[in-house]
Amino acid sequence: MTLSKDPLNLIITGVGGQGNVLASQLIGRALVRENFYVTIGETYGATQRGGAVMSHLRISKESQFSPLIPEGQADIVVALEPVEALRVIGQYGNPSVSAVVNSRPIFPTAVTVGDAEYPSFQKIQETIRGLARKSWFVDASDIALSLGSPLFTNIIMVGALAGTNLIPLAKEAFVEIIRESFPGPKLADNLQAFERGLEKTQGQ
Amino acid sequence: MSVIKKNAPGSNELLMGNEAIARGALEAGIQFAAAYPGNPSSEIIGTLSEVAEEMGIYVEWSVNEKVALEAAASASFSGLRALSAMKQNGVNVASDFILNLNLSGVGAGGLVLVATDDPAAISSTNEEDSRFIAKLGDLPLLEPATFQEAKDMTKWAFELSESINSLVVLRSVSRISHARGNVILGELPREKKTARFDTSKIFIPVSAPLRHLTLHMKLNKVREIYESSPFNGYTGPEKPELLMITSGSGWFYSLEAVKTLNVKDHVGILKVGTTWPLPSKLLARHMANVKRVLFVEEVDPFLENNVKELAAEWSPEIGSWTFYGKNSGHVHPFGQINPDLIINAVSKVMDKPYAAREGGYGQKALEMTKTLVPNRDLSFCAGCPHRATFWAIKNALKLDGRGGFVAGDIGCYSLGLGPAGFFQVKTMHAMGSGTGLATGFGQLHKFGFDQPVLSVCGDSTFFHAAIPALINGIYNKSNFVMVVLDNSATAMTGFQPHAGTGKTATGSPAPVIDIGKLCQALGVRVETCDPFNLQDTTEKILDLINAEGGVRVLISRQKCALVKAREEKAKYKVHVDPEKCLGESCGCARLCTRIFKCPGLIWNKEKSKSEVDEVLCTGCGVCADICPQSAIVREEN
Repeated sequence: MTLSKDPLNLIITGVGGQGNVLASQLIGRALVRENFYVTIGETYGATQRGGAVMSHLRISKESQFSPLIPEGQADIVVALEPVEALRVIGQYGNPSVSAVVNSRPIFPTAVTVGDAEYPSFQKIQETIRGLARKSWFVDASDIALSLGSPLFTNIIMVGALAGTNLIPLAKEAFVEIIRESFPGPKLADNLQAFERGLEKTQGQ
Repeated sequence: MSVIKKNAPGSNELLMGNEAIARGALEAGIQFAAAYPGNPSSEIIGTLSEVAEEMGIYVEWSVNEKVALEAAASASFSGLRALSAMKQNGVNVASDFILNLNLSGVGAGGLVLVATDDPAAISSTNEEDSRFIAKLGDLPLLEPATFQEAKDMTKWAFELSESINSLVVLRSVSRISHARGNVILGELPREKKTARFDTSKIFIPVSAPLRHLTLHMKLNKVREIYESSPFNGYTGPEKPELLMITSGSGWFYSLEAVKTLNVKDHVGILKVGTTWPLPSKLLARHMANVKRVLFVEEVDPFLENNVKELAAEWSPEIGSWTFYGKNSGHVHPFGQINPDLIINAVSKVMDKPYAAREGGYGQKALEMTKTLVPNRDLSFCAGCPHRATFWAIKNALKLDGRGGFVAGDIGCYSLGLGPAGFFQVKTMHAMGSGTGLATGFGQLHKFGFDQPVLSVCGDSTFFHAAIPALINGIYNKSNFVMVVLDNSATAMTGFQPHAGTGKTATGSPAPVIDIGKLCQALGVRVETCDPFNLQDTTEKILDLINAEGGVRVLISRQKCALVKAREEKAKYKVHVDPEKCLGESCGCARLCTRIFKCPGLIWNKEKSKSEVDEVLCTGCGVCADICPQSAIVREEN
């Protein structure tokens, strides 16, 4: 499969503990298998402690790129948490950016305390639509809870990304890497999570 | 899932920089690896420990970095290739040994020290450039710029070490160590060497000045090797208007800047992978072609100042230059560097305007999102025992009322300095420093000091550096309470086992060093509490701070919430009874969501009630004890 742009820049964002590192690794490994150069840069340290986290993926047929995407150069944003989509698009967005966004908030402590406001989902949607070329909103956390654990959220969002056809990977390539990564009893649930995400965006 | 042991030369894999370093070590045939965890270095030994048994090598988590390097050196003295890996602070801890090992030399087996820096101190208390240890100790230094080089340089570093019998330093940074990229695998050797210490040899820095001279001669030999090293390379026109000299993470950013600004016919890039001693002939050759030089490197102007030193010697013959970099302010001399910073530096030097986003989109995007996006303060995880301990400390000190305070230490509980730990921690420096400082505070009563002093340290930090401080306090009859936050994990760096966990790096059973018994053997009063029992913990702290005189120890023991979530089912199912929660009208000032602030508790503004977020709650049940209305209900699972 070919790239719509070289390098193609993807950001996966969320809150520490949501599994964005695993999601970026799955996608990265599947792409290397298809002979792409892939560089992934991750925010870390805050990954388990409620901070905003990002993985930058840079996909190229030509060469290895730096692990950080320059300002305004993201082509795709996958957000495991809705305001994190806004945070990333504010800095890395451009008129051609696409966004795939989980609709369920994780409230920062500043909001719970009462020092900050969390915007309404409607306001978030409007803003993303105003800044992105195309956007998809997926109730990934709710689907995950219905599958028995919030831990499936990241795989559902990987499925949702697969359904958009924004990155040069066939569905089979995703499925194969999930099979390799979850040997044993967790495989069936993860494959189901992937499918549930995929059907939310496919053809949309 | 581990590709690190894959015996498939030529296979193209996505590896983390640290995995690439581990793979390079395996391809070099290392038989011994030792380290203390610290980001961004932890995955090097972590990766090796996973394959150790199968690959027939020895891997350990050592008690601290100095001991780790000493253990690795013993293997080198006995003819085996060995590696130690540590973050910048670890290099400081190991530096006394390093600055004797340089003089004694290493054994027949190559010895490599991987030093990983954390620019911007994302996972550290300090920011520091560990490359200076190479200059300080007259040691060869290598800096990988790509993931492939991380592997290849590590492998070659062992050959270099053996060719001059010296420790070799490989310096990485988080944007290499913790990033991922393509790596083509090489061959894995099969043969293993037999370890034997040749008693006709000594490893002692006797006649230090003479050995110092020999060390300089070794470095001259290394310089010659470096002149033709494939880890150095130039790309660009023959006579560029600007020469960028870069190392490590700066290489990708330099390439990106030249590409983005479309200046490849005017700007050349010299990538230096061998940064101490510098290959002076190679540099002179390239510098002879230019008048302007921009340095791109991360943290301090190490490369920049060392090249300038050489340039001062060359200038009568080759000419003079205008230098740009950290000293000129084009690249800031602190924090991380990134592509934007380097694009802007080249844009300024080459007078080539650059705008990241055209047509006002950038400003619009920032304006539209800025007011909507709340900050995310770091906090303890939902169900973290540290929150409970700091809550108890806060209440005990308040009840005591004499202005007591906490001397902090290094670990997740460092967050105790901020809102997550109710601002209880007032000092924080190196591993073990909290207790070291407490031993001093505890002597100040002679000068009118009357505040209770508590030190806190985690279980892994206790073994690393707090034991000497504790003994110092006992011996000198200091007056303080040491609180050991025993969560049975090195949680901050990824749950590596340590001397108190009963498990080795490779997963085999190990003797458990019991912190409580160890303290009792030192003759001090030791109490133990479960921080999830807030009342008992608070009472014990109060009692200990009032039992003035000598050192007292409290072990606050409860497993890390993340480890617990993996190992066992949640103890309680927790919910808020909306009938009992009085919200704003309660008079508690929203104690649970405004002050206690576990991320598992959220405030429903519309209903004016607290709620439990089922996605985040780990079911520890502690919040049920703080609600004055008993509105938070815990039911046994």
